[in-house]
Amino acid sequence: MNDPTSQTGGLSAPHSLEYAYKRSLGTVLSRFFTGLRDREIVGIKTRGGRVLVPPAEYDPETGEDTSSDFVVVGPAGTVTSWCWVAKPRPHHPLDRPFAFALIQLDGADTALLHAVDPGDKSRMRTGMRVRPTWADETIGRIQDIVHFTPENSR
Amino acid sequence: MSAAREPVKVLVTPVKVDYTYTPGIASEKFLLGLKQGKLLGAACDECGRVYVPPRGACPRCARPTSTFKELAHTGTVITFSIVRVPSDNIDVPLPYCVANILLDGADISLTGLIQECPLPDVRIGMRVEAVWRPQAEWGYGMANIKHFHPIDEPDVPFEKIKEIS
Repeated sequence: MNDPTSQTGGLSAPHSLEYAYKRSLGTVLSRFFTGLRDREIVGIKTRGGRVLVPPAEYDPETGEDTSSDFVVVGPAGTVTSWCWVAKPRPHHPLDRPFAFALIQLDGADTALLHAVDPGDKSRMRTGMRVRPTWADETIGRIQDIVHFTPENSR
Repeated sequence: MSAAREPVKVLVTPVKVDYTYTPGIASEKFLLGLKQGKLLGAACDECGRVYVPPRGACPRCARPTSTFKELAHTGTVITFSIVRVPSDNIDVPLPYCVANILLDGADISLTGLIQECPLPDVRIGMRVEAVWRPQAEWGYGMANIKHFHPIDEPDVPFEKIKEIS
């Protein structure tokens, strides 16, 4: 608490509400995050043959179980939609302006949400090609991919 | 197979919300009291029930609680729980006892640790007293009270406290 005698306002104090949840992944997402740990991006085939990335236990179109047929996709892909974040907030993946983008990785039929760091907003385009930048240490979480960057930039 | 090649089966997904807490008029008075080693309750303008910590209004009468009263540092155990499960943000050695304590002069209980007492001896109706930290460590919070410990007084009969929450 701040000392009220030292300021005009009343008492105030920072208060953090935090829950340190641990999520059991199950077989499908376990494969996805194990893949990230090993620097590969894994999708799953539906019975209809579509590739879902990130993989899901069920086909969102039919509700059927997916096939348990995992496939490695990407790592490069195409931006299908994006939103520019001019002023990143503390919990955002990057501390400089970036785009949240839906990225359809090569070989996938769905898009993955992730951050794109194009260096400058003027380089962002729907349809642009992007490639992941991996963290120095990968442990099996989505942040193992630090961000995606334009394919022709590095 | 090395540990690094084991499948990833668990994901830590913390949820965190950062607030700036301002206590408001009634609770602020309570917290300022704690800084001075006092426990302040507030009485309802209508029914006279004394709430601690005060929240500014009586939930039964929907009337302000404008009269502040300094409460005793002694009280009665209303209910309690023995905690045996660790929590990352609590560094009290397990197992320990958390109790709802009705301070003398109050009509609602507040929460505190019961220590200096074997856990099997903790009971509803037991008389306890606040043990304060050294004054130099006092801030604007209940952490000023290190815990409560038993005092040598007869238990309060359950009939007298059964209506208290």
